[in-house]
Amino acid sequence: MESIVSVSNLQKSFKSLKVLKDVSFDIPKGSIFALLGSNGAGKTTVVRILSTLLSPDGGTATVCGYDVEREGDAVRAAISLTGQFAAVDEVLTGRENLQIIGELGRIPNLKNKIHEWLVTFDLEEAADRPVSTYSGGMRRKLDIAMSLMGSPEVIFLDEPTSGLDPQNRLAMWELVKNLARDGTTVFLTTQYLEEAESLADNIAILHEGRIIAYGTPGNLKAILPQRGAHLNFASDADAEKAMKILRENGITVAGLSQEMPTLEEVFLTLIGEKQDGEPNG
Amino acid sequence: MAKQISDFFYDSKVMFKRCMKIALRNPEALVQATITPIFLMLMFGAVFGNIADVGAYNYVDYILPGIILQAVAQATQYTAINVNADMTKGIIDRFRSMPLAKSALLIGHAGASVVRNVMTTVVIIGTAFIVGFRPQAGFVDWLVIIGVLLLSVTAITCFAVFCGLRAKSPEGASGLMFPLFILPFISSGFAPTETMHTAIRWFAEYQPMTPIINAVRALMLGHPPGNDLWIALAWTSATAILAFAFAVRRFKRKM
Repeated sequence: MESIVSVSNLQKSFKSLKVLKDVSFDIPKGSIFALLGSNGAGKTTVVRILSTLLSPDGGTATVCGYDVEREGDAVRAAISLTGQFAAVDEVLTGRENLQIIGELGRIPNLKNKIHEWLVTFDLEEAADRPVSTYSGGMRRKLDIAMSLMGSPEVIFLDEPTSGLDPQNRLAMWELVKNLARDGTTVFLTTQYLEEAESLADNIAILHEGRIIAYGTPGNLKAILPQRGAHLNFASDADAEKAMKILRENGITVAGLSQEMPTLEEVFLTLIGEKQDGEPNG
Repeated sequence: MAKQISDFFYDSKVMFKRCMKIALRNPEALVQATITPIFLMLMFGAVFGNIADVGAYNYVDYILPGIILQAVAQATQYTAINVNADMTKGIIDRFRSMPLAKSALLIGHAGASVVRNVMTTVVIIGTAFIVGFRPQAGFVDWLVIIGVLLLSVTAITCFAVFCGLRAKSPEGASGLMFPLFILPFISSGFAPTETMHTAIRWFAEYQPMTPIINAVRALMLGHPPGNDLWIALAWTSATAILAFAFAVRRFKRKM
């Protein structure tokens, strides 16, 4: 499949701190890509380089075939960025915020378009209130609506669900899936494995400046050791009995909940494997 | 090329509209920027009017140019604050990741700043008339006065934009502007420089506010402005061009 984002041997240091040592990956067109990593792993640095806000120290990156360093304008015309902090004007209303970005994006028939966006994002009622009166979830929605106005080919969402309540988080997931269905390539960063797993076609794990794993959620899970399960019973006696029966026969348990591996566990597994492999390699 | 130029004007126009809208949502700042200099003018007139030895001048006539420049310096700190707020909040990342003319945002801020200052200056001059300002300037003199004041406002605005880009916080931005608030007081704005102590006098005579104030005052009262006019034009245009060039360079710099 055709790659729309291609990153090769990307490096970036801030003073003596090497944030990105060697980052390489490709993103197929129209897919959802999740860059997974803990706080401070350099996820935002990658996003800022790809959206032309930062210059890399080394390596190359192309978006839609354009080099982020040499063809910045062409890259900017093809993408949109939604950062971690809502990029909205607090004192202006939601409608005015959309108006400004729409005018800058030279969107035809803007007035109707703004109305459509407000309806889509369920912001119609709040449209003429200053954004300072909005809740966190509403701000995030407005922020993303502003990012989507220019119909970008690639949208970068830097931790789109951080600070959102569970309901808004699910709504955001739905939105991301819809975007991809309409052909937009979505690049999102997250620190939650669960989020990456339920959304992304491909996941890359960024750790200590390198991509330590890349693949579909299925691929990544295969790296993990076999997981246990929690079984819940009404009483200790039942549990004991069940364990006995299980031991003797092997039986289907109704209340089985599989535990999601945490990001830390994935890291530990991957890092452990690497260390095991190093003496031989 | 023609497309780039029309894009530049279009982007700047949208940014200007945005900055004006944001300024108008904060009417307290606008009102304060107008009330403070009017209060200063009345206070100076009432407190020092009878003892200040400004020769044959009426004291209001004498201090009006200084009052205007002080008002502009003080009010323009909001420009520095607004620029800084844009730079330190998420919105700048959105603008920078859009295919926009690079300096459009700065032009928008500068344009809104000039318009705000013109509004307050008009109110200040109007109030001066009520409290006894009696200019002798002819039509051409007024055109030159407007030109000099516009250039001064532009120069101070460009400096404010640079301060806004340079500072790490809005408070820091207005802090960098502080020397400008003081400059009009250590100039020929409120007392003749001849009455000052040697060191202060030397400073007052060579700093840019003095020739601007002298030129505007001379023109308002129908006297020939002499060399002060040319020195004022040199200071203001050089400051405007340099400050804006540095601001654009700073703005374009990627980390």
